[in-house]
Amino acid sequence: MTIQGTAHRVGAHIDTDAIIPARFLVTTDSAELGANCMEGLEAGWIKRVKQNDIMVADENFGCGSSREHAPISLLGAGIPVVVAKSFARIFYRNGFNMGLILLEVGDDFEKLGDGDQLEVDADNGTIKNLTTGELITCSAVPPFMKEILNAGGLVDYVKNRLGN
Amino acid sequence: MPKTLAEKILQAHTDEVVKEAGQIVRCKVSLVLANDITAPLAIKSFNAMGADQLFDKDKVALVCDHFTPNKDIDSAEQVKLVREFAHEKNVTHYYEGGDCGVEHALLPELGLVGPSDIVIGADSHTCTYGGLGAFATGMGSTDIAGAMALGETWFKVPSTVKVEIEGTPGQHVGAKDYILRLIGELGVSGALYKALEFSGSVVDDLSIEGRMTIANMAIEAGGKVGLFPVDAKTLEYCVAAGRTGDVPLSADVGAVYERVVKMDVTGMKPQIACPHLPDNVKPVDEVKNMKIHQSVIGSCTNGRISDLREAAAILKGRKANKNVRLIILPATPTIWKQALKEGLLEIFMDAGAIVGPATCGPCLGGHMGILAGGERAIATTNRNFKGRMGSLQSEVFLSNPAVAAASAIAGEIIDPSAL
Repeated sequence: MTIQGTAHRVGAHIDTDAIIPARFLVTTDSAELGANCMEGLEAGWIKRVKQNDIMVADENFGCGSSREHAPISLLGAGIPVVVAKSFARIFYRNGFNMGLILLEVGDDFEKLGDGDQLEVDADNGTIKNLTTGELITCSAVPPFMKEILNAGGLVDYVKNRLGN
Repeated sequence: MPKTLAEKILQAHTDEVVKEAGQIVRCKVSLVLANDITAPLAIKSFNAMGADQLFDKDKVALVCDHFTPNKDIDSAEQVKLVREFAHEKNVTHYYEGGDCGVEHALLPELGLVGPSDIVIGADSHTCTYGGLGAFATGMGSTDIAGAMALGETWFKVPSTVKVEIEGTPGQHVGAKDYILRLIGELGVSGALYKALEFSGSVVDDLSIEGRMTIANMAIEAGGKVGLFPVDAKTLEYCVAAGRTGDVPLSADVGAVYERVVKMDVTGMKPQIACPHLPDNVKPVDEVKNMKIHQSVIGSCTNGRISDLREAAAILKGRKANKNVRLIILPATPTIWKQALKEGLLEIFMDAGAIVGPATCGPCLGGHMGILAGGERAIATTNRNFKGRMGSLQSEVFLSNPAVAAASAIAGEIIDPSAL
């Protein structure tokens, strides 16, 4: 799957209260959560994002609470991919389970500037910066997690298990 | 092969051989937890999975503690959804009303979590039960839904950082100060994906409540679990909570640690985490001229009876500054009643405090103490992210209960010894 969009750079330790503040957690609706995405970072931040745009972050993206509303709000806001130096543990699991593509690239995130046009190939783990021409490769998805991904996410993975 | 605490507990719950950090293992879980924010999503996923029955109706706990007593129509609808699911699936441990408390204070009190258990919860502070020697960790709602259906989940075996705490600390210093200082040293991602294992003479001497305070904030360093060995004190606590059959647990001699962090707390002052990250930690005497508008004592970190006693010892015969709202939320009904019996609530009210119900409330900016722009709070809670307790222009400082109480009296952040 290839995704092309504009990069939006954020800093280190972007916590889940920044991604979706607790006062918005009175719904599980992705569009509603998406409309308030990043409201804890800066009011109205999300207005700059178009469908298929890409979040680029420094280390420990998604730290803090276990709220799955965080990846859901990103997806609801039209962001299908987050590229980061590193991810917080619970957020990483949640992202996977929700079908949000997470690419951990270490210091290479520096090569992706705010406003750059990016092309992400999630299957092959490559990110092409169309603005600078730079190509980034990231590590492969661990085999067990591929099993979940191949089933179509955790919901379908469990559905298959229960069906057996 | 000698094993760490984390490896030993994982091994006890899987047929696979736990060999090394990084390995993925599937484990049976002892208890699965969700709350009024995360359970609605878990139920949505549970239904989407086509699941019909819970793996065990006695091993799923649903605790509606975040926005309860329901703060508005939307949160009431969420709780209604959880309640109806609990009734339909015959969930034994559903809590909402007068028997409900802050989940991570409530479940240990009820004896539902204990040594060598694997507990997963759709709440990041599930790691609290590490204070009892449980491998307990937070996950998202869909992981929780999967475990509610299958009774198992997968873990990446974490590498372990051993933390040895030694020394004789200064006055008004306790568990909260040790964990704040550790987070300050490790950083908010210093234990990312890892287990923290606590040891040393200070840890041996700590109460179980103090150990839970420390384990509670392992996540604030990015940690997966914060584990304590199971000793005579743990077993005594578990028996009092109505559990039977628990046994001591310690790491094997020769277990492999990623590294060992030694912390000497001799002469240490109370610690403060300044805005806007829990690792921005300073000794209280370096936080000067910080006027406060609110002081919150409560939460899954510091809302237990020992915390209330610590606050009461400072507040007795004193008055909160007239510019400060002092909000005290005992974490469970049992703690509330005990505080009433001991006369602590009277001390609080005489000091001008608002004594509220057992709820997470202001900790996450939910309700019952939200900050306006430009307001500053000191809180015994666990997070001080930007906007955590209200406006994006507000500030939260984290401390132990004695410092929060003393600061409420002084109207600014202060060392209780300086009162």
